[in-house]
Amino acid sequence: MVYILCFALFLVGLYCILTKKNTVKIVIGLGIMEYATNLFLVLLGYRRDGAVPIRQEGLDPLEFLATAVDPLPQALVLTSIVIGLGVTALAIALCVRLYEKYGTFDVTEIRRLKG
Amino acid sequence: MNGTLLPLFVAIPLGGAFLVAFLGRYSRALADALGSAATLALLALAVLLRDVRGTYAIGGWPAPVGIVWSVDGLTTMMLIVVNTISFAATLFSAPYLARFTAKGKYYGLFLLMVAGMNGVVITGDLFNLFVFLEIASIASYALVAFGCEHEELEASFKYLVLGSLGSTLILFAIALLYGATGYLTMASVSQALAERAGSPLVVLAVVFFVVGFGIKAALVPFHPWLPDAHPSAPAPISAMLSGVLIKTLGIYALARLAFNIVGMDGTFATILMSLGVLSMTVGVFLAVGQWDLKRLLAYHSISQMGYVILGLGLGGYLLATGGSAATASLAMLGGLFHLANHAVFKSLLFLCSGSIEQATGTRQLKEMGGLGERMPITRATCTIASLSIAGVPPFNGFWSKLLIVIACFQAGFHGLAAVTLLVSFVTLVSFLKVLRYAFLGSLPEALRTVRESPFLMSLAMVLLAVLCAGMGLLLVGGAREAILQPAVNALQAGLEYARDVLARAGG
Repeated sequence: MVYILCFALFLVGLYCILTKKNTVKIVIGLGIMEYATNLFLVLLGYRRDGAVPIRQEGLDPLEFLATAVDPLPQALVLTSIVIGLGVTALAIALCVRLYEKYGTFDVTEIRRLKG
Repeated sequence: MNGTLLPLFVAIPLGGAFLVAFLGRYSRALADALGSAATLALLALAVLLRDVRGTYAIGGWPAPVGIVWSVDGLTTMMLIVVNTISFAATLFSAPYLARFTAKGKYYGLFLLMVAGMNGVVITGDLFNLFVFLEIASIASYALVAFGCEHEELEASFKYLVLGSLGSTLILFAIALLYGATGYLTMASVSQALAERAGSPLVVLAVVFFVVGFGIKAALVPFHPWLPDAHPSAPAPISAMLSGVLIKTLGIYALARLAFNIVGMDGTFATILMSLGVLSMTVGVFLAVGQWDLKRLLAYHSISQMGYVILGLGLGGYLLATGGSAATASLAMLGGLFHLANHAVFKSLLFLCSGSIEQATGTRQLKEMGGLGERMPITRATCTIASLSIAGVPPFNGFWSKLLIVIACFQAGFHGLAAVTLLVSFVTLVSFLKVLRYAFLGSLPEALRTVRESPFLMSLAMVLLAVLCAGMGLLLVGGAREAILQPAVNALQAGLEYARDVLARAGG
């Protein structure tokens, strides 16, 4: 169920990218899609009432495996958030430069390239 | 020898990117020297390590716990292609970028892009693949916008939005596969998938992968960013983007996924072949009416990528449906050889267009003419590259197209063979137009003072032209055994890949 909500959020982002005309709103749409993906990754490793994934002395490894949440997706999400930050920063920088050149954020007016 | 030298393929360009961005501020000549030295070192390394097969476990953690890098025949072939083109592009950059101010930053981004591409090719881990893919992509978004003019910013924004969409789909698919199997190492994922073939989650993941990598490779329904982004970049960057970036991030990753991780089946292969035929025909018919030289070349990239995917898809189809293994091997050999050939002749064509643009200040074919006598080297190299891409013997493009056509005939797809030949003919027409309008005819009054490009630019073009003329020899004897055949074998091994990697990585 919760995965389907995640996918719905992903589609909201996609809808935003496809229909919005404002460059900044398109970047926000990209952000929503990234967050949906990150959320999905974290949920994959989630376990209700799971233990902290840190091994302690005297804990049976099998019991540890059976109770701890999966730490790997958390590491992946951290990496993916950093990458998302880089993309968003570059995208916003491009929006600002586009505004300086064209005087608008409207993608329908930014179209010198065609053919 | 095992894979202990592998990290150098990423470490050299990463370290070089840092140094050149830092030192380039003080001396432009130093930036040129550092950039070229780094790519030359990478090229030498790629050629020296062409026989290496092995794995490297990062931080000493064995698979599937840690990240594994692995090398097989396909990897070494791609490394040689990528680093040859980047060396030629850095040579060309030194004089070409004299009119831009931030040379250190340019080389920094360039080397980051090379690091990303080498990483994508080397890695044996799905998430690691995503990270390198993003390094290369972000560097290329910035490089497309490098001139900071109206068109460049617009193209870069379009490229960034579509590229990030592709990356997000790829990440989502990786998450799905991780959820389905519990592994990120490609080999372990592949083994785990073999037990649960055809589950809906896996199918969804494969669809996302095909769309994501399809966007990166600019296959036809996903292509609209390419004809804007590739012409807007500075010429050596266009050469890199069209020559190697779409191949490593798109075609290589897709082939690795299709053949070695998920495994080929009839439907998947048919989808690949349809994408290939669609890209071939749509790309070439959009190209033939263009008057902007670089835009025309960009549309031809889409069309030529179609050949590569068609060859690989046909090979996969024959393997999956129990067709002749020899024909399948021939089709994949044609596809991979065309990939290498396209890298060489398309980057040469983009370098030629850069040389013409710098000399004349225009990219419009109608404003050129008679440049042949003023720019003999550009004319000669551009003619060789045009004949190569059009598939005229004895240049390299002819041999790879011939292999694909023969494979189509042997497999009984006569219609596909006919389409392949037709597209090749339209390509020839389109490049005769380029040669006619750029180099023949009378020299316009405004271009009387045009001169040939500086030495290093000509050197880079001549280097690639020699490769164009000589690469047909790669099909014969020892050269084929050394470079092309191992790459085909790596794909043909299919799911054996997993056992191979895990045996070496001790997982």
